[in-house]
Amino acid sequence: MKKLILALLISFASTSVFAGSHSPCGVTNGSINILANEFTTYRIFMDEVKSCAGPDADFNVTHSVDHNKLQVAALSANPAEFSAKLVTNGSITPLMNDGLIRPLDDLVEKYGSNLNENQKITIDGKIYAVAFMANAQHLWYRESILNDLGIAVPSTYEEVIAAAEKIKAAGVMDNPYAGAFKSGWNLGQEFVNMYLGHGGEFFKSGSAQPNVNNEKGVAALNVIKKLTELSNPDFLTQDTNAVKEEWESGNVALMHVWNSGAASLLDDEGDQDIKADTRLAPSPTVGGGSKPATTLWWDGIAIATNTSDENAEASFRALVGAASSTDLANNNPNATVWLIKGYTPGDTAGPVVDAASRGTTPYPSFPHMSLMHGALSTELVEFLQGNESAEKALADVEAAYIAKATEQGFL
Amino acid sequence: MPHKTFFWFILPTGLAMILFIGLPIVSSFFQSLHIETEQILMEVENCDPFGCKTNVRVDVEATEKLRQENPLGRFNGFGTYTDRNHLAFDEIGEAWNTSSSIGEFKDIVLNLPFYKALLFTLTFCFAVTPPVIILGFIVALSVNTLSKIIKGFIVFGTILPMIVTPLIGSLVLFWMIDSQGIIGASIQILFDDPNLSLKASSNLTWITLIIYGIWHNTPFAFVVFYAALQTVPQDPIEAAYIDGASRYQRVRYIVIPHLYPVATFIMLICLMDNFRVFEPIIGFSAEGVAQSLSWMIYQDLRNENKMLFGSAGATSMLTIIGIAFLLTPVLIRTWKEFRTER
Repeated sequence: MKKLILALLISFASTSVFAGSHSPCGVTNGSINILANEFTTYRIFMDEVKSCAGPDADFNVTHSVDHNKLQVAALSANPAEFSAKLVTNGSITPLMNDGLIRPLDDLVEKYGSNLNENQKITIDGKIYAVAFMANAQHLWYRESILNDLGIAVPSTYEEVIAAAEKIKAAGVMDNPYAGAFKSGWNLGQEFVNMYLGHGGEFFKSGSAQPNVNNEKGVAALNVIKKLTELSNPDFLTQDTNAVKEEWESGNVALMHVWNSGAASLLDDEGDQDIKADTRLAPSPTVGGGSKPATTLWWDGIAIATNTSDENAEASFRALVGAASSTDLANNNPNATVWLIKGYTPGDTAGPVVDAASRGTTPYPSFPHMSLMHGALSTELVEFLQGNESAEKALADVEAAYIAKATEQGFL
Repeated sequence: MPHKTFFWFILPTGLAMILFIGLPIVSSFFQSLHIETEQILMEVENCDPFGCKTNVRVDVEATEKLRQENPLGRFNGFGTYTDRNHLAFDEIGEAWNTSSSIGEFKDIVLNLPFYKALLFTLTFCFAVTPPVIILGFIVALSVNTLSKIIKGFIVFGTILPMIVTPLIGSLVLFWMIDSQGIIGASIQILFDDPNLSLKASSNLTWITLIIYGIWHNTPFAFVVFYAALQTVPQDPIEAAYIDGASRYQRVRYIVIPHLYPVATFIMLICLMDNFRVFEPIIGFSAEGVAQSLSWMIYQDLRNENKMLFGSAGATSMLTIIGIAFLLTPVLIRTWKEFRTER
């Protein structure tokens, strides 16, 4: 944790010359084919990767919000559909489970002299990924609306709910709150945040047995329910990108979305009055807890096992060139919190640094966590629609998880 | 046709059907009897930007070795079929013993994923098929009376909903029914309720999906009815006309009996098509409130984690059995008609 803060707060002297090591950029051999999530920061990153690869490189990138669902099948094929994948601490585990990404120690040694130590993701002593940014969901608010009604910036979810209720009661907005509640991965993630914020543990210690049907789980669900009641009635169909559109249309005064959203929420397209009024705040705590109800994420690069060494090297060179490009970081300081050497954090890095310094839990990296996340994705909907109790919904989550984990051989 | 000629006539088709339909079904069935080999976990030290800590990971080598020994996985018999995510025998038994009323029992059963999906699938099937047949017939009758000059354009326009890819068609409608879309906003004004949203409640979502289903399937019924209308003999119609039969009577007593076998055919195909309803659920982002059997298979194969082949195989088998049940009455009826005609 300290490492991150150090890396963020202390800005190193820019070292863009790759002295004493192979320069990664200017790839001529091998083909590069990358699978990545779809959001503005990744687009910025990929532009840098492409320019690092150079004009002679065979370069392809596929951006998809369904990257999580595609990755295992795509990288299991031999040869793999993609030579590289942008991973996070959440999406790396299914790939690790099946040995679909390769150790990168030799490539890092050859081309990674300009990387920070904390960019190297090591598992069991081997480097499996190189992180380039840190991300977290946190609170965003409209300063003028809060000021007009005399509301202080909320620091707990109880205050968020009170503030949203006040905005609604004042008739300023019908649905002042927004979060990515789309049934599926997004909804599961909202529960993960809220449950960890209440101090919950997803599994009974030392086993793959589920552990969400308890008081903390019920409390977490009740907070989510209250928030959805203050959200657009279509909340079950809105993912992060849809929430950002609501924000840019001026329909929302408070929301809890990704820090990397700054890249599109604060750019110079769209209604500048709303953008000038947009403020970032730390993620709130909930239920009297001390940790913010959010999770810490890193995003990084990983190389497929089932691809030729030539393609692996070409892909790694282009990606690591961008992941160690000080210019990329400092030209886009507000696109996200870069972990790149020499980066001077922008105005928007605050909430992520705050989350890290207050001991926020990184997204759990258990091999069976994605099955739990999958069960949460589908089984919480009926509760949010008021068709069943919180206890029943959580019992359903556990039952659905157990059936799937048994079939996968975890139980 | 002599049996020998028939055999040689059907052989290429038969072989292709065995190869591309029969064998995959057998293979899915075998896969559905197996579950993944055990995952061997080990403790390792992980380091990332947020610090180092001990965590568990799958021991890839040891797990891979187990997998090599049993490529199909562990034999589980019909265990996957009866687990909670499918037929859920244990859960239903328990619900039967603990619930105090039929209503409560029904609620528990319909909350189980398979039965929830089955309920939507059947509702969709039976709500969409009859209107499709009736609408298709009416449209075909109307188009048939048009003058030749405009007929071509109208036929093209009428079959457009079928030409549009289901996913694209449903996405277009999804945006139109958004509270800021043309249909969504009009409905809000019409009912004078600014919070009315077609996407928010399960009932309205189901109705939207059903209306979409009717819109998408009607052209198929129309095309078949329209083709069949060209074969209606003109003599009896003219005779009826001379006898003073009204247009309704001519349609009721001459056209409809003539088209009856065609209607059975359309019903068969529509039931089959609608039983595997899938794309509109994705297009309308309706996964939360409306799940179908096909969606369950999709979910198993595109889970956040690895593909659940056994689970998907079991749902596929149950879907095939479901279609067989659904079509049996229609098939028996067709068979009887076939016999009496001979």
